[in-house]
Amino acid sequence: MRVRLLAIGLVAGVFSALFGVGGGIIVVPLLVVVGLSGRTATGTSLAAISLTAAAGAIAYGLHGDLKPGPAALIGLPAVGGVLLGVELQQRLTGKTLALGFSLLLTAVGIRLLV
Amino acid sequence: MSEVLVVILGFAGGILAGLFGVGGGILFVPTLVLVLGLTQVHAEATSLLAILPTVLVGAWRQSRHGNVDWRAALLVGLGSVVGVEGGVQIAKALPESTLRRLFAIFMLVVAASIAWRALRPESSYPSNDDRL
Repeated sequence: MRVRLLAIGLVAGVFSALFGVGGGIIVVPLLVVVGLSGRTATGTSLAAISLTAAAGAIAYGLHGDLKPGPAALIGLPAVGGVLLGVELQQRLTGKTLALGFSLLLTAVGIRLLV
Repeated sequence: MSEVLVVILGFAGGILAGLFGVGGGILFVPTLVLVLGLTQVHAEATSLLAILPTVLVGAWRQSRHGNVDWRAALLVGLGSVVGVEGGVQIAKALPESTLRRLFAIFMLVVAASIAWRALRPESSYPSNDDRL
């Protein structure tokens, strides 16, 4: 179990730094595979990403790539959003929201490609 | 005006972070590139910094609901710290346009996998009864 969790982290860490994401999109389903319940997987993923994001921000910061102003502009509203998101998750079924999220990502991904 | 859009998308990214246990970066990065005009590398670096307060607050709230396995989180987190350096090296070595296209493809793959998991009868997304 310990080795599997470290391996999940290793893969997530590469993806996280390569794409500037938390890596939760990889961590959550893999935590479910190793036996955590869905909600515990999402909570545990958030805790793990704190270490991932801190390491990534420091590594990029050493290269001089961080823009603190834009980070605050997008990150501080996100703190409000996550408070709402966690409470919503305790009450809602995720299916419709997951499909909406999927459509949004598809649209933005296509916009980035063309 | 673009600042207002960034604030709205930041808030939306935070909601996704809370709902799906992700950092929100998959929305932060394209927002920083398309709305604020950052380069792909600067957007990715900045996204990671923005993710940090989001996931700290999210993990704290989830722990209040009893939904954090701290030992598993620590192991995954420690593994990820090792992986991060590799990811940074790859991102810095790739040409800007290649990294941006790779990110777009990553988004589309993520979108497809989310839709696939949501549409399966035994959905792996948390529901009211948390049946998996």
